[in-house]
Amino acid sequence: MSESQGTTGSMVYKAGAVTGDEILVDGWELIVGLEVHVELATATKLFSASANRFGDEPNTNIDPVTLGLPGALPVLNRHAVELAMRIGLALNCTIQPSTFHRKNYFYPDMPKAYQISQYDQPINIDGFLALPGGKKIGVERAHLEEDTGKSTHLGGTGGRIHGSDYSLIDFNRAGVPLVEIVSRPDIRTSEEARQYVTELRSILVAIGASDAKMEEGSMRCDANVSVHKPGMPYGTRCEIKNVNSIRSLGRAIDYEMRRQIDMNEAGETVRQETRHWNENDGRTHTLRSKEDADDYRYFLEPDLVPLDPSPEWIQAVRDAMPMLPGARRARLSASTGQPADAEAVMVVVERGQDDYVLEVAAAGGDVGRALIHVKEGFADEGAMPAVPAADLAGLTRLEIGGQLTATQAKTVLAEIVANGGGDAAAIAAAKGFEAMDTGALEAMVDQIIADNAAVWSKYCSGEDKAMGALVGAAMKASQGKADGKLVTALLQAKRTA
Amino acid sequence: MTPRTAIQIAAGVRAGTLKAADVLEEHLARIDARESDVHAFNLVMTDQARAAAAAIDAAVAAGNDPGPLAGVPVALKDNMCTHGIPTTCSSKMLQGWKPPYDATAVTRLAAAGAVAVGKTNLDEFAMGSSTENSAFGPTRNPHDLSRVPGGSSGGSAAAVAAGFASVSLGSDTGGSIRQPAALCGVVGVKPTYGYVSRYGLVAFASSLDQIGPFTHTVEDSALLLDVIGGHDILDSTSIPAPQPSLRDAIKQDVTGLRVGRITDLPEGADPDVAERLEAAFDALRAAGATIVDVQVPAFSYGLSAYYLIAPAEASSNLARYDGVRYGLRVDAADTNTMYGATRVAGFGEEVQRRIMLGTYALSAGYYDAYYGKALKVRRLIADDFDRAYQHADVLLTPTSPTVAFPFGAKSDNPFAMYLCDVYTIPTNLAGHPAMSVPFGTGAEGLPVGVQILAGTLGEPQMFRAAAALERAMGVSK
Repeated sequence: MSESQGTTGSMVYKAGAVTGDEILVDGWELIVGLEVHVELATATKLFSASANRFGDEPNTNIDPVTLGLPGALPVLNRHAVELAMRIGLALNCTIQPSTFHRKNYFYPDMPKAYQISQYDQPINIDGFLALPGGKKIGVERAHLEEDTGKSTHLGGTGGRIHGSDYSLIDFNRAGVPLVEIVSRPDIRTSEEARQYVTELRSILVAIGASDAKMEEGSMRCDANVSVHKPGMPYGTRCEIKNVNSIRSLGRAIDYEMRRQIDMNEAGETVRQETRHWNENDGRTHTLRSKEDADDYRYFLEPDLVPLDPSPEWIQAVRDAMPMLPGARRARLSASTGQPADAEAVMVVVERGQDDYVLEVAAAGGDVGRALIHVKEGFADEGAMPAVPAADLAGLTRLEIGGQLTATQAKTVLAEIVANGGGDAAAIAAAKGFEAMDTGALEAMVDQIIADNAAVWSKYCSGEDKAMGALVGAAMKASQGKADGKLVTALLQAKRTA
Repeated sequence: MTPRTAIQIAAGVRAGTLKAADVLEEHLARIDARESDVHAFNLVMTDQARAAAAAIDAAVAAGNDPGPLAGVPVALKDNMCTHGIPTTCSSKMLQGWKPPYDATAVTRLAAAGAVAVGKTNLDEFAMGSSTENSAFGPTRNPHDLSRVPGGSSGGSAAAVAAGFASVSLGSDTGGSIRQPAALCGVVGVKPTYGYVSRYGLVAFASSLDQIGPFTHTVEDSALLLDVIGGHDILDSTSIPAPQPSLRDAIKQDVTGLRVGRITDLPEGADPDVAERLEAAFDALRAAGATIVDVQVPAFSYGLSAYYLIAPAEASSNLARYDGVRYGLRVDAADTNTMYGATRVAGFGEEVQRRIMLGTYALSAGYYDAYYGKALKVRRLIADDFDRAYQHADVLLTPTSPTVAFPFGAKSDNPFAMYLCDVYTIPTNLAGHPAMSVPFGTGAEGLPVGVQILAGTLGEPQMFRAAAALERAMGVSK
């Protein structure tokens, strides 16, 4: 609902809304707010008993309510309310008594010619989403509303209704429950926007609220973009629609930012409008200006009663909440000493393998090595890998004990994963792996330096690239038994000595 | 001749002393004789009704009880959905449309053994007070064919008055049951908002619409409400609390009942109507009730508030008639032109007027001055009524300012027509129950109705007062 966020271009910067240094592009600061629609993973629709299922034969999941037949009345889906509350709790919102309004406009795939949506009293308000790096993006509201049907315009040009020969409408999607999550304009870069949507997606999947697939349209994202000079009021914003992937979101925001900066620098005025992102030409195009906007004539939906969840119900929803991705990353970060937004931590939590890593640690394994192995070697293993935690723990112990080099460990790991488990020591022995001791390694490194004097002197004169050739020679001489990291460390030590 | 009240018909049919088929044929014969004059129906469901009556008789013969309305012929206002049977709202817009489902009230009637005889005429989409706004021609008042039956449920009122059905259902948004009941000389009840499920009632103004009965007697209305009332999970606004039996309630007389006279009631009732209201106060006093004076200052603002709120909701409720999925479509070069052409061709003048009024009242820049203010007035009216009900159990007013008026008398003057509902509208805004009881005749021997109002879920007291008035008139069963 675009109306809900600062309606004019003269919105005053709220001090303290964002912390940290300003990020400027040619002296301009980007201001982005996101409106994300997610379809809820309910069995039935928001106001009727028809199935909520993607991909079914068109117009099979319909009923009098879905089609807006005369006399049909909406009945609110309790599970949808529960999922909306989960979203609110996950986004640190306040859950409040709420109401539904009618948003009136004509469109062929909107059966009643109004959409039932929460308006001035949404169920969830005033929350935030913490990006993996810690920055908090404010969440103004997350409210319930129903989806429209889906139109396919055939013939004519461009798949738009104007100029098409005829249109087909599938009402399976009509009445599917949506939650619209409206962020505050706290986002300052396209990267933050991507992080916000990525993190939101992880949360929605983790709490079972939605499958959040942008490609299937179960998660849709509109971006409100403006630019201003620091200390000046916010610029006029444009709403960007038709962004169908997280990557496109970043591209669309960057394009729009550049367009607005260029207009401002050329002395032109940015008009408030809705713009359409075109994936093919990588540009945004005017869809409609503010003057063309519909007057939705909102009024309280008389067919529904106010929604006022009891404290007991809210508490029951809270008690059933799973651990959220942010908390999982924090937990893994605390165990491994890695930053919460380190790539390995992010990837492992995203895959839901953090519990497994902690199991390996509990089984006596090294948690740091386990994190790396799971990240590198368990990409296809899912949240519950077949490899017993004790087996991976055994492998990490051999590494830490210096009995296996990193390279050897990788080979052993591959075999353990392929077999769904196995004793690391036995596999290593079978392969004849034994780590070189430090004394032998140092002697070998000295020999390498002597044999490659020219390369060594290049390295000593500051050509770091020469290091690679020296390490390679060491690995060759040791037939892969040397630990690459130790060789590197020895070479560095000898150069500075 | 078979008895005319639902109580008597059902008793006979359940006891096996009366055949539902015979009862039905007698009603069909009256329809044959007078329907071409009265035009109460958009559709007479002869075949379905005969099948239903036969099934009732078969059930009785098999030793089963078909229910409290066994064999009772009932007429349904043609804005209630009936599965597989056209439901037109007396509009060209829905001509030929057959709902794939029954309204809850229709389902409950059938489950109680009632026999639906037809769909009755109404002002298009229930907008009007004379049934002259029907796309299929007006209904005539059975008491005087040169006069209107009232509206919008004119067909349902006329059907009972003419003996085409023992009872009927109407809908009341601003007086659409009570005013035609008064003009046709029958009992008509608008229950508390949420008393009867609206599921399957084609919406005019959702926050005001209620289904209710037309009957010959107060007890029949009590029986019908006992059958069709009660919570329905398909209507979120239906009241979850259990409802006490109204048939039980009317067994109690009015001794000690406090009957309020609204001293600041808007003027304008004709002298014959005012005279009958006084007679009603006298009758209730004589029956043991106490008459008290109360004030409802906001009463007189009801009409103005109603003509903002009801059209506003109607503009939204009727937006779905766009030619895309069902009903009339006037083809055009593009979608927007098709919408316009369809809606101009499909809706009559009064419906178009109210859609435009309502759209304006909700528009950006006008909302606060019109719709928003009307909502505040609505709250004032409810508050004023609540204060009055601290001193009185029920209130008495005229139902309609006049007796039935001739065709064309008000049809060129929308405001004069709107004034027909000046006494009925405030009840709908407050969500309260009210009913009209025939109480003698006025000018030219035409029926006059007296309106009894009560607070939320005050149906038991309201029905007690109604039964007392009926006894005072010596109504035959």
